[in-house]
Amino acid sequence: MNALLFYGFGATAVLASLLVIAQKNPIYSVLLLIASFGALSGLYVLLEAPFVAVIQIIVYAGAIMVLFLFVVMLLNAPHEDTEYDERVHPLLRPGPMRFGAALAIAFGIELVWALNRNGGEAGPFAGGAVSSVAAIGRSLFGPYAFPFEVTSVLILVAMIGAVVLARKEEP
Amino acid sequence: MVGLNHYLVLSGVLFSIGTAGVFVRRNLITILLSIEIMLNAVNLTFVAFGRALGSADGQIMVFFVMTVAAAEAAVGLAIVISLFRHKESLNPDSFTGLRW
Amino acid sequence: MLLLILLLPFAGFLINSTQGRRLSKGVSGAVACGAMIGSFLLSAVSVWRLVAMPVEERAIVQTVFTWIASGDFTAPFTLRLDPLSSVMILVITGIGSLIHIYSTAYMHEERDPEYARYFSYLNLFAAFMLTLVLGSNFLIMFVGWEGVGLCSYLLIGFWYEKKSASDAGKKAFIVNRVGDFGFVLGVFLAFVQFGTIDFQEIAHAVNAMGAEATFGTLSLMTLLLFVGATGKSAQIPLYVWLPDAMEGPTPVSALIHAATMVTAGVYMIGRNAALFSHAPQTLEIVAIVGAATALMAGTIGLVQNDIKRVLAYSTVSQLGYMFLAMGVGAFAGGIFHLYTHAFFKALLFLGSGAVIHALAGEQDLRRMGGLKRELPITYWTFLVGALAIAGVPGLAGFFSKDEILYRTYAAGHPLLWTMGLVTALLTAVYMFRLVFLAFHGERHSHDHHHLHDAPAPMAVALIALAAGSVVAGYAGLPAILGGGDWFATFLEPSFHVEIGHEASALDAHGLEMTLMVISIGVALAGIAIAAYFFLTRPAAADAMAERFAGPRRVLSNKYYVDEIYDAAIVQPIQIVSREGLWKVVDATLIDGTVNGVGRLVAGAADVIKRTQTGSVRAYAASLFFGVVAVLGYYLWQ
Repeated sequence: MNALLFYGFGATAVLASLLVIAQKNPIYSVLLLIASFGALSGLYVLLEAPFVAVIQIIVYAGAIMVLFLFVVMLLNAPHEDTEYDERVHPLLRPGPMRFGAALAIAFGIELVWALNRNGGEAGPFAGGAVSSVAAIGRSLFGPYAFPFEVTSVLILVAMIGAVVLARKEEP
Repeated sequence: MVGLNHYLVLSGVLFSIGTAGVFVRRNLITILLSIEIMLNAVNLTFVAFGRALGSADGQIMVFFVMTVAAAEAAVGLAIVISLFRHKESLNPDSFTGLRW
Repeated sequence: MLLLILLLPFAGFLINSTQGRRLSKGVSGAVACGAMIGSFLLSAVSVWRLVAMPVEERAIVQTVFTWIASGDFTAPFTLRLDPLSSVMILVITGIGSLIHIYSTAYMHEERDPEYARYFSYLNLFAAFMLTLVLGSNFLIMFVGWEGVGLCSYLLIGFWYEKKSASDAGKKAFIVNRVGDFGFVLGVFLAFVQFGTIDFQEIAHAVNAMGAEATFGTLSLMTLLLFVGATGKSAQIPLYVWLPDAMEGPTPVSALIHAATMVTAGVYMIGRNAALFSHAPQTLEIVAIVGAATALMAGTIGLVQNDIKRVLAYSTVSQLGYMFLAMGVGAFAGGIFHLYTHAFFKALLFLGSGAVIHALAGEQDLRRMGGLKRELPITYWTFLVGALAIAGVPGLAGFFSKDEILYRTYAAGHPLLWTMGLVTALLTAVYMFRLVFLAFHGERHSHDHHHLHDAPAPMAVALIALAAGSVVAGYAGLPAILGGGDWFATFLEPSFHVEIGHEASALDAHGLEMTLMVISIGVALAGIAIAAYFFLTRPAAADAMAERFAGPRRVLSNKYYVDEIYDAAIVQPIQIVSREGLWKVVDATLIDGTVNGVGRLVAGAADVIKRTQTGSVRAYAASLFFGVVAVLGYYLWQ
């Protein structure tokens, strides 16, 4: 049963991500990404990390992706041109940029190879699950209290930065 | 049996997809989306390892990653808006002010 | 005390060179003359002390400081007064003082700063010349040697705004440099051979050796030293600078180019008499060069029209006599002629200066004439000088020249003796040609202003030197005429010559008397010839000039030596420098390399800058490529 769910969610995630980078219309990309996040959330549940799963939905799918949507709609972004710009440097045209994609594939292969070298643990997970929110909370306010507070400052800074950056120029 | 390796392989695949997206797409927002994919892949890795090692650290890490990703997305989109105002284009190749 | 002798003029130089702008002419002149006169008095006192010492130990030595001390080799700054250098310092400071006094009047029309500059150079020259003759080793002598060369350059080119003057100064310095190169090589060779450069030590060492039979190290060494002497003392082949040096003020010509600097070469040989007498091959060469120079210069002087040029070639010719004397081993005779020549040559130059001064700059003999009436003092003193140089008995030149000719013949060189005799004839002819053309007859130029004779300072110097030209010779009165040959005896210990000349069978009083009579005859004949052509029948002179126009032109152009040097040496050097060294080495190679490096960097940068595409994706791609590569590398391991 576990395996089935795993493969199901996994396939969804991968497929959705592939479609994200293949779509021309950015709205479709965003929506597909939400789907991908949903699949990931399921995977988290399978890993007995319900807190993370929920957070994923609330924060990522719910907040961040909505922000993306807003921006896409605000900018009324034109569709990406299919022909490349004549003015663009040859190295930056789709051809060479696909080199990047090729690199990515190479990277993936390297990762897999690395994992296999370490004697793949195909067996069940060794450690136990930590699924209680209380435990996580105790961890956060205990040993990780400092990063927790710093993160709040970080968010404040990001908020101010975003406001300043997106401000209209004074006429 | 689904083990740690499966999750790691899946995560690696997702990361590669995200990277490919950064290079191939010519729309700034889509590039940011691809970066989010990469971050998620990493989150998956963290949680998987946390489960394998039986500690809450994995999930704590994910918590922070998510927070930072949110902040980064906000600021990044603000920059995109500002750039768009300048050039009316979301093509990264049209921003070549730092070219020789 | 010895140090003070040369410090006084040096102090005069310092004062006039640093404060010259603010000093009035009176003060500058007084400082300079005072320094020289003070130096003369000190020299006289020192020589007095020297004479009071017993003959074997006649030397006053003063070591000022140790200049070089390196391993076994030391070269201290030591001054040494012995009979030879005492003669020299008296000549330098005595005649030098007179010339300084003369200059205060002669240079009076210069502006104050120039006046002071003149005297500062003149004092500096005296200081260096004194260093040259008082030095006890080659190094100190060389310091003086170079220093007088420098002052000569500065003073020849004193009126530097005139191109011919500055060119002449450069010529003097450069030609001297060639000679100095030989001199320095000679000194090095001496050091290699003897391990020391002190004159006394070298003399001792060489006296322990025998004379060289063939041309060996000693001959080479002395020959190189002699090359330096030909440069400094204007002998063949390096005499070409002296006639041009007449561009300088006349007192300079008198002091430097007659009485003192040009005698440095003769002095140097005298100082190293022991060394030279052990190298008979070189002495041969010295004698031949001396005689040849004397004759050649005499012929050129015969047709010169500039009053100073005649005197310049005369100087070259008389220096030739001195070298002839040194070359046949008559070291005392050479120095004796140096001493008498200083008097009458300085006198002649100063006299010509008085003429030029009176005529407001005119130097061409053809435009003079009849000055006897208007410039009496100048005329009579000049006449004394002319008689002395011609070798008329009773005056100084007669004794010294006669001594040289006698010694040449007695040493077995009849050809050289003949050359010397012909030169004596020529000397009388050209000198009296000058006298008759300048002072007798009718004036050939047409300005009739009233001329004033020499002003007091100049007259004083002229009269003093005239007196000297008469009296000085009696110091060396030879035995056959009743004297005791005191001069030569006095100088003997300085020369240390232990190689005796084989007593020639011809050494007899009768011979000396015969030769003396012949010399007198030649001198009088010369005067008579000059009188005929230039006094009584000038038309005959012109007719002669017509008939021998070709040879006359050669002489007039100084045997084209300057032109030959220019074509053979100067032009090639200029071409090599310009085409080769400048255009190729400097402009192409060095500039090319330096500029090339710059261009290389710029070019490389031009290529590398293309990586700055400004595209973030390109940067990200390269970043990612790095990650993949590194990860791959580690996975391989």
